[in-house]
Amino acid sequence: MSQTHNNHSHVTSNTIFGFWVYLLTDCMMFATFFATYAVLHNNTFGGPSAKELFDIRLALGETIILLCSSFTCGLAMLFAPKRNLTGVVLLYVLTFIFGVVFIAMQSIEFSSIFAKGLSWKSNGFLSSYFTVIGVHSLHIIVGLFMIPVFLLQLFLYGFTEVVLRRLTCLRMYWHFLYLIWIFTFAIVYLIGSK
Amino acid sequence: MEKIEYGNLRSYVFGFVLSLLITLLAYFLVTKDLLARPFLDAAVAFLTLGQALLQLVLFLDLLKGEKPRWNLIVFLFMLLVAVIIVFGSVWIMYNLSYNLK
Repeated sequence: MSQTHNNHSHVTSNTIFGFWVYLLTDCMMFATFFATYAVLHNNTFGGPSAKELFDIRLALGETIILLCSSFTCGLAMLFAPKRNLTGVVLLYVLTFIFGVVFIAMQSIEFSSIFAKGLSWKSNGFLSSYFTVIGVHSLHIIVGLFMIPVFLLQLFLYGFTEVVLRRLTCLRMYWHFLYLIWIFTFAIVYLIGSK
Repeated sequence: MEKIEYGNLRSYVFGFVLSLLITLLAYFLVTKDLLARPFLDAAVAFLTLGQALLQLVLFLDLLKGEKPRWNLIVFLFMLLVAVIIVFGSVWIMYNLSYNLK
């Protein structure tokens, strides 16, 4: 690891590696949620099953939207080493828009379940379902807050070492959220609704 | 400062297109009932893991970085722990469900 020589400290930055380790612990957490869903997905307590409740076309739409957002996020950071402010900002804004659309689609899905008089309190199946989808959506929402905050820092401070590090962590975070969604789509919607 | 990996356009476009194709393939396998049950599960699992691997290599640069690749090492450790926990839990719960019926 290289040393940064500046007037303030001789601290080596391991932030990106540390953030990666954090993302892996988050993966662990989601893995346990998936295991829980696998165990509980038939516990409907007489209520409707996954097959009856989920619209797989909506889920496919959500998947494609999130894939697009992950793609634009990666593209955004390709402009960073070239110090291209317009490129980075434009693509992160696109990422943000895709993220908002994803949350909107997720809300539609939740609404249709609530409209049937059901919730996470209804049975084990829905408890585990709302846990998986809910925690993932919360992660997305946090990311949607981070995007404007870091873009603001980019505007204020330019392409400094710190700003680049933060944008990189944000990119890793956003890719990781799509990674989790791949498994969510497969386990909850593809397999769980058969 | 530690080196930031940015990836390149080719890996992102390639990853995007492949991920899209894999997603659509898995979706149509399920909705059009193209495979019988045990094979369907295996196919979806295979496609899902394939896409995850694709994402890890192409978007998350898992194989980048100078040796020793600590990011890869800790990732493999996380996989080990996750597999033990998930497989172990599902196995135990299945056993309980069977034996305590």
